[in-house]
Amino acid sequence: MSHVRLVNVTKRFGAVTAVDNLNFTLEKGECFSMLGPSGCGKTTTLRMVAGFEDLDDGEVYVGDRLLSSPAKNYYLPPEKRDFGMVFQAFAVWPHLSVYENVAFPLRIRKVASTEVKRRVSDALGATNLLEAANKSPDDLSGGGKQRVALARALAINPDVMLLDEPLSSLDPHLREEMRFEIKALQRQFGFCIIYVTHDQSEAMALSDRILVMRGGVAQQIDTPLNVYNSPANQFVFSFIGLSNFLEVRGEGGAYRLAGGDALPAGLAPPPEFAGNARLSLASRPAEIEFDDAPDAAAALRGTVVRKSYLGEIIDYLVRLGDQTIRVQKVRHSPGPEQGANCALRLLRPTWYVCADGE
Amino acid sequence: MSTQSKKKPFIGTAGIILFLSIAILVVFVAFPVILILFNAFWAKGEFNLVDVVNVLREPDTYQALLNSVFIACGTTIGSTIVGTFFAWLVTRTDLPYKNFMKGLFLVPFMLPSFIGALAWKMLLSPRAGYINRFFMDYFGFEEPVFNIYSYYGIMAVEVMYLFPFVFIQVCGALERMDPTLEESARISGAGLFTITRRITIPLVLPSILSGSLLIMLYSMAHFGTVAVLGIENGIFNIPTLIYERIHQSAGSFAAIRTGTVLATVLVVSAAFIIWLQGKILSKGRYQIIAGKSFRPMELKLRGLRYPLLIFCLAYIGFTIVLPTAVIFMVGGLKTYGLPFTMENLSLDNYKFILFDYKTTKDAIWNSVSLGLSAAVITMFAGVMISYVIVKMKVRGKGVLEFLGMLPFSVPGSVIALGVILAWSGKFGINLYNSVWIILVAYIARYMAFSLKANSAALEQVHDSLIEAARACGATMWQSLRDIVLPLVKPGMFAAFFLIFLPSLRELTVSIMLYAPTTRTIGVAIYTLNEDGETVMSAALAGIALVIIITGQTVISRLTGASAKG
Repeated sequence: MSHVRLVNVTKRFGAVTAVDNLNFTLEKGECFSMLGPSGCGKTTTLRMVAGFEDLDDGEVYVGDRLLSSPAKNYYLPPEKRDFGMVFQAFAVWPHLSVYENVAFPLRIRKVASTEVKRRVSDALGATNLLEAANKSPDDLSGGGKQRVALARALAINPDVMLLDEPLSSLDPHLREEMRFEIKALQRQFGFCIIYVTHDQSEAMALSDRILVMRGGVAQQIDTPLNVYNSPANQFVFSFIGLSNFLEVRGEGGAYRLAGGDALPAGLAPPPEFAGNARLSLASRPAEIEFDDAPDAAAALRGTVVRKSYLGEIIDYLVRLGDQTIRVQKVRHSPGPEQGANCALRLLRPTWYVCADGE
Repeated sequence: MSTQSKKKPFIGTAGIILFLSIAILVVFVAFPVILILFNAFWAKGEFNLVDVVNVLREPDTYQALLNSVFIACGTTIGSTIVGTFFAWLVTRTDLPYKNFMKGLFLVPFMLPSFIGALAWKMLLSPRAGYINRFFMDYFGFEEPVFNIYSYYGIMAVEVMYLFPFVFIQVCGALERMDPTLEESARISGAGLFTITRRITIPLVLPSILSGSLLIMLYSMAHFGTVAVLGIENGIFNIPTLIYERIHQSAGSFAAIRTGTVLATVLVVSAAFIIWLQGKILSKGRYQIIAGKSFRPMELKLRGLRYPLLIFCLAYIGFTIVLPTAVIFMVGGLKTYGLPFTMENLSLDNYKFILFDYKTTKDAIWNSVSLGLSAAVITMFAGVMISYVIVKMKVRGKGVLEFLGMLPFSVPGSVIALGVILAWSGKFGINLYNSVWIILVAYIARYMAFSLKANSAALEQVHDSLIEAARACGATMWQSLRDIVLPLVKPGMFAAFFLIFLPSLRELTVSIMLYAPTTRTIGVAIYTLNEDGETVMSAALAGIALVIIITGQTVISRLTGASAKG
């Protein structure tokens, strides 16, 4: 049975629709990420689940329990929802010790004092904070503070954990480490996670499924692999991973690169795209080969205008007529030099119809 | 690698600026204060602590000390409750017209408290007060309802005009506080009441305390209200007793001694309060600034929304509108005590004061010219001193940093007394009985404002901006002129008005230093009232209010516009 359920959820701020008719469900123990550029509605959605924002339309359930429904004039305040939540800016209380921060939700619930002790120690133990229990959170580093926030959210042993960009205030190295810690805690305690982030690698590493949002509208809900391999549209393609888009003009069944050569016969778009004057040919820099056979039927011809070594990876910029395309190769595979002519073969060409203004 | 560098001149530009800055602070602030300490502790040719204790044990001085502390405590507690409550109301509830109400609660800042005290004297003096008479005439009360000439009267009036200190601090803290601090308590299961008690109040406590201490500092050293309402009933606090002694005995040794000892007590307690405030702020300056800005949750007042709005409006009406109206109406009366009927009211007094009455004409002219000069001089001196403190790396800066703290902890009556000691001819220059002595005192009194505004502005100018100018080949002077000055202009602007406007209503310093021809507006209002010219005093107070309110409005327009543009 699905655990968290959003049905036709809509939120407006004045004339702006921040979240538009959103539907998704979460299984028990699942890690679900909401990913998108800032202002896409992901944080607003999380806050609606938490109860800090009421909906304008739709319903939110946890299990069979209704949390919000404007139609039924029902709204359960956040303090009654029994979620754990971690915020971007830590939000640990500087006037309470680490121990008291974590004990707070238990004290509010009037848990017996021996039980408070046990559960706080469990939470502090799980987050490696036992030694800092009596410290002030101000004496901890950013990572330490975020652990306190995690421990506090864990203390009531919630079914659902809401994480609002919890790692974006940390430095990159720590961010990666904490990512795995969160995952390990999830395995240990079995809660399900709704995770908001604008960092795609974070979402990829953590999640069972990802929701990509844009302008309040869900673009795709799928596993990380599928989101990467089969993006639902050009936006998702461009938002996840590195991407190239070549503009292609179609006229009377013939296709040519905008400002460049005719498209090789082997690279023609699938039949369902026929008849569109402007197409976009998407590819990932790592999924392009330099083709040695100069007369290959599917190869694009161009000139290497820049070759830069990025440590393990060599990054090429190749000019194709008026357009350029990025190619990335691992270091040990030899490739053309800067200024050389070359032929490119796209391993997984993906086609989109050019929307106006894109 | 060795580079041939030009030999540094022995005294460079930096040295000159540092020397000038130290000189200004020493001459205007440190010297008068040192003279006070010297006179207090050095008697009969030796360091004499016994005498100091003896002075403090005299019944009058002892009582004044107690009174200062008692009134300051009462005022502080009252203002803290009022200020915190209103601050919470306009930031954390769904009170209607919140922003407008927030503006209204700042209006008491504009009203000089001694003018407020004057108004309350007219309303609540036991025999002649309009409110007391109204109740006795129409409701058959035997006794006046409230006697304003009392400790509680003084405290009430001070609370009315001082609570914005707490209000501003707490509003700021509540608005800046990261809403997720409260949200995380909420998701932990706490209701609004618990959050307010366990999270919000502890987090803003440093701001509340800091505002309270500011009021404590102000009230301890406050002259006007106690002078208007207390002296009648023999209630003196430290500043009023200093004034009384100096004024009546025309500089006798005993009077100077009592004055300097009391002034020392004021300086020490002020320094202590400021130290305590710094301690609370540095210990309690939690990093509670928001990352994302979602609006903090608001308490739904539901049925109480409009009753509370009416309460707020009634409070403003009672403490601001009523006293102001009384000032203007009494100022229009032919004689004090007449009923407010059309035939008794006219603009004659106002005309007389503005165009014919030499005392008041002089006073207005004196206040405006003194205010302008003090503001300009202090503004420029403040920029220079702040620049040295904030930006320059020179030896001897520590001295300046210490001296720069001094103006903040020297109350007005202390400055006045120190200036009398310093500039009455003992040291070769006699400014006594001239406007110059008032100007010197104003510069000392308002230096703190200028230092604060200018160093705040300078701290915004990152060092790299100046370094970039130097790297482009600008000399130190050029980088000052072309980079620093344009960037700190808003701070200088703010400093100018922070000095000019309050100086128009200054009383504490001027009252100790005025001569018959050098009355300021504040002195004229006060002395006219003392001489029983209540109507003239009220009319001049009315004119002062018009000037202050116009000035304040113009400035908030100007600074509002420049802040946006």
